Amino acid sequence: MDKVPIKLSVNGVEHSAEIEPRLLLVHFLRENLGLTGTHIGCDTSHCGACTVVVDGRAIKSCTAFAVQADGRSITTVEGLEQDGKLHPLQDGFFQEHGLQCGYCTPGMLMTGLAFLKTNNSPTDDEIRHAISGNLCRCTGYVNIVKAYQYAAQKMRDGGE
Amino acid sequence: MAPKTSPEIGGMGHSVKRKEDPRFLRGQGNYVDDVVLPGMLYLDIVRSPYAHATIKSIDTSKALAIPGVLAVITGKDLEKYNLHWMPTLMSDTQMVLPVEKVMYQAQEVAAVLATDRYIAADGVEAVEVDYDPLPVVVDPKKALLPDAPVLRTDKKDKKDNHIWHWEWGNREATDQLFRDAEVTVKQDIYIPRIHVSSIETCGCVAHFDKVTGKLKVWMTTQAPHAIRTVFALVAGHVGLSEEKIQIISPDIGGGFGGKVPVYPGYVIAVAASVLTGKPVKWIEDRMENLQADSFARDYHITAELAGNKDGKLTALRIKTIADHGYTDAAANPSKFPAGLFHVCTGSYDLKAAHVEVDGVYTNKPPGGIAYRCSFRVTEAVHTIERMADLMAHELNMDAAELRMKNFIKPEQFPYKSALDWEYDSGNYGAALQLAMDKVGYAELRKEQAEKRARGELMGIGISSFTEIVGAGPSKHFDILGLKMFDSAEIRVHPTGKVIARFGTKSQGQGHETTYAQIIAEELGFPVANILVEEGDTDTAPYGLGTYASRSTPVAGAACAIACRKIKDKARKIAAYLLEAHEEDLEWEPGKFFVKGSPDRAKTIQEISLAAYTNHPPGTEAGLEAVNYYDPPNLTYPFGSYICVVDIDKGTGEVKVRRFVAIDDCGNIINPMIVEGQIHGGLTMGLGPALYEEIQYDESGNCLQGSFMNYLVPTAVETPNWETGNTVTPSPHHPLGAKGVGESATVGAPAAIVNAVVDALWHLGVRHIDIPITSAKVWKLLREAGVRG
Repeated sequence: MDKVPIKLSVNGVEHSAEIEPRLLLVHFLRENLGLTGTHIGCDTSHCGACTVVVDGRAIKSCTAFAVQADGRSITTVEGLEQDGKLHPLQDGFFQEHGLQCGYCTPGMLMTGLAFLKTNNSPTDDEIRHAISGNLCRCTGYVNIVKAYQYAAQKMRDGGE
Repeated sequence: MAPKTSPEIGGMGHSVKRKEDPRFLRGQGNYVDDVVLPGMLYLDIVRSPYAHATIKSIDTSKALAIPGVLAVITGKDLEKYNLHWMPTLMSDTQMVLPVEKVMYQAQEVAAVLATDRYIAADGVEAVEVDYDPLPVVVDPKKALLPDAPVLRTDKKDKKDNHIWHWEWGNREATDQLFRDAEVTVKQDIYIPRIHVSSIETCGCVAHFDKVTGKLKVWMTTQAPHAIRTVFALVAGHVGLSEEKIQIISPDIGGGFGGKVPVYPGYVIAVAASVLTGKPVKWIEDRMENLQADSFARDYHITAELAGNKDGKLTALRIKTIADHGYTDAAANPSKFPAGLFHVCTGSYDLKAAHVEVDGVYTNKPPGGIAYRCSFRVTEAVHTIERMADLMAHELNMDAAELRMKNFIKPEQFPYKSALDWEYDSGNYGAALQLAMDKVGYAELRKEQAEKRARGELMGIGISSFTEIVGAGPSKHFDILGLKMFDSAEIRVHPTGKVIARFGTKSQGQGHETTYAQIIAEELGFPVANILVEEGDTDTAPYGLGTYASRSTPVAGAACAIACRKIKDKARKIAAYLLEAHEEDLEWEPGKFFVKGSPDRAKTIQEISLAAYTNHPPGTEAGLEAVNYYDPPNLTYPFGSYICVVDIDKGTGEVKVRRFVAIDDCGNIINPMIVEGQIHGGLTMGLGPALYEEIQYDESGNCLQGSFMNYLVPTAVETPNWETGNTVTPSPHHPLGAKGVGESATVGAPAAIVNAVVDALWHLGVRHIDIPITSAKVWKLLREAGVRG
C-alpha cells in the first residue's frame, strides 16, 4: 500500500512520518511513536480506552486514521504531567482511588482534560454523562466522579 | 478497629494511597500489548462463521501470496506434534485448532503469522475455508433429548451430550421436610451466559530462544505458575521443560476470572514461536474476546424452598442444567464440577438441602468460568436470595423479617451448614439491621405504600448473602492435582528495605499496596520501603494465582506467616544485640525492647543491618522467609444489600434510585481499597442484573458479539453506591481477614431483582430472569393491563 506523509504535533513534539492510509491513529501513537499509554479496548468506539485529545477535543483514536491527524495537535496521557508535576486530573485519580487496573485510566484522564476545559464547575451528573463513552470494569465510577471533582476544584483554585 | 501502626508505617487499617498508581497515571503501565521485542511477528486468527460444521478444506495459498505473511498454521500442522487438542482445567479436552470440525461460532480455525498486525489481518481475510454445516444444538435441554445430535464425536463411545451428574446433600431428609412443609415455593430461574469483558482483552507475546531452549511468555494470566506447569505438561513431549519456561504476567487490565483459562490463541502463539524461533504477539480484539473466550454462569435452575407458616425455613431442593458449551473448560477445583454451588443454603439455618447439577454440551464456546465470583457462588446466592424473597411474599411477610427469623445466629458459629460447609464466622442480623437503618427501611416501605396507592411502581429488594472464598484447604481443593495453597517470599535487605514476592497476581486489586501493608503491620517497616512483585515465574514463589477472592485469604495469610518467621529471627538478633533473653523482649511496631526498659531497644532496621553484619554466632546470616500457606478452612464474607428501584410504567425502565451495601470481610487491610472493590463489584452486579447477556439464535450465531449490544454499565446507569461495613474477623485467618473483591458482584443482582419483583408483585409478577431489560418489564406491565 502506498504511504502518505503526515506531520503532526504530539505532546508538543513535532513528528513527520510516512504511513499507510489505513493505519489507525491509536496504532500510530502506540507503535510508531512508542506512546503505549493510550490503550485499545474494543475497536468500536464504545470503551474509550483509546481516548486522546486532538485540537482540544477528546476523540477515540481506535476509530480515527492517523492521516486524519495530519496537521493537528494531539495530547496523550504521556503529555499530562508538566515539569514533574502531575496534572490535577492525575492527582485527583490518585487521591480519590479513581483507578484500579489502570487500563481505562488514560482514556478517562483524556476525556476529563477536554471536558473540564469546557466546564470547570460540573455537577456529578454532568461528569457521569461526560464519561459515558468511557467504560470501566473495576471502579464502579463513583471514585472517578470524585476524581474529576477534585481536579475541577484544584483547577479552579489554580485559576485554570 | 483503630490501626496499630502510624500512618507513616501504614499497616492494616490505613487508607494508604496505592503504590501502583504513579505508573498507571502516567501511561507507564506495562500491559501485554505494550511488550515489543526485536523481530517480533504478529499472529491473527481465522474464525468459524458456523457454530457446527465439518471442515472440508482450508486453502491458504492466497494468504501465503501476501508479502509479509510468513505462515498459516492449521490443525493439521499442530496434529503432527499432537498439539491440536489440549486438556482443560476440568480434565476435559479442547481443540487448539480443529482438524475435522468446528463446534461453535468464532472458534479458531487457522492462524496467520505475519510481520505486521495489519498484514496478519489481511492474511486472515485471504484464507479460504470450505465448511459443510452440521445440525446445531444451542439449547441444553434439547441437547439432552434422545434424538439430539451427539456433539463430541471425538470421544469414542460418547452416545449423548451429557457431561456429568453431580449431587450433594441429604435427599431423603430433604424430601421428607418437603412432605411435612406447611408452605413451599418453586421457581425456575435462568442465570444467563455473561462475559467478564475486562477492558483489556487477552493476549500474549511468546518468545522461544532456539539457542538456550528457553520459552518466555508474557501473557494475560491470573495464574502464571499453574500456566507454566500446564504448558510443561501439555508440551513436554515436544521438548518444553518446566525449568526453561518463564511465564510473565505483566500489568493486567482486569481479569475477573476471564484470564484463568488457557485459550487456544496462547498455545498457537507459543507453537509459532517455537517453530520460527522468533517472538510472536497475539492480541485478541473485542469481538473475539466476547465471542470466543470462556463465558460464565448459564445455569438453568429449578429451586424449591420449604418452610412453616410462621416463616421458618426448613429445606431447599435444587435441580440444575449447566450449559458448558462444547467442552467443560470451567476453572473449578477438580473435586467440584459445579464449583461451590452447594453453598446455596446461604445465610439461613436450614435443616436439610439437596442439590443436583447436570453438565451438558452445546454448540457454544467453552466455559463455566467465574465472573468475578468464587466458583458458582453467585448462582448459589442468586437462587437462595430469590427463593427467600418468594417465600416472604408468599407468606405476606416482610422480606427483612423473614431473613432475620432464619439467619444463622452469631452464637452458632463455627456453623456446619446443611450442605457440609463449616462457616467460620458471621453476624448476619447486624449487617441487615445496619443496612435497614442506613437506607431508612421503614420510611421507604411507607413511601412505597403511598406510591402504590397512586399507581406508581417502586420496589425495595434485599439480598443477605454469604460468600465462600479463599480456596482452599488442600484436603479438598486442587486444580489438575495442584493443591490450592499460595505463597509469600520476603527478603529484608541490610539497609532495612524489603522485597516481597507472591504466587498471586493482581489485576487491579492493589496487591502492591495491601501486601506491603501486611508486612508493615507485622514487621513495622514503612510501606514506602517495601517493594511487592508478582507474576514472574522465574522469581516469585509458586502459587495458584488470583481469582475467587483468594489473594488475601491465602497469599495474605502466607505473607503474615512469613513475616512472623522473620520476626522470630529478628527477636533472636535483638536479644543478641541487647544482651537480653529473648523472652524478656517485647515488640511494638518497628522495634523490640527490653521489658521495663523501653530505651533498651533495637529497631527493625537496626536488626536488619545486624542480620548481615553482626548476626549471632551459630545462626545463619540473613533475614528472609518463605511460606506456603495451606488454609485450614475457607473464609465466609457476608453482607446485606438493600436496593430501591423506581419503574417507568411507560417504558418499563428500571431505575436504581438507591443501593445500600453493608459488607463484612473481617479485618480490613486498606479501607479505601476495600470500598473501591465493593464499588466495582456492585457495578459488575448491576450489569448482569439489568443489561448483560450473551444469547445465541437457533443457528448458534452469537447475538451480543461486540460492545454495541453487550451492554456494560456506563457511569450514567450506575448509581452512587452507598457503602458501609461491619467487622466480624475470621477466627482461623492469621489477620482475621476474609477477602472482598467479589462479594458485591455475588450479592448485588439478587437485591436488584428482588426490588423489581417487589415493585410488581401486586400485578401478579413472581419472578423475572436477569437481565431485567426494559423490554421484559414493559411486556409484563402490558400483560398486567398497566397503561404507561
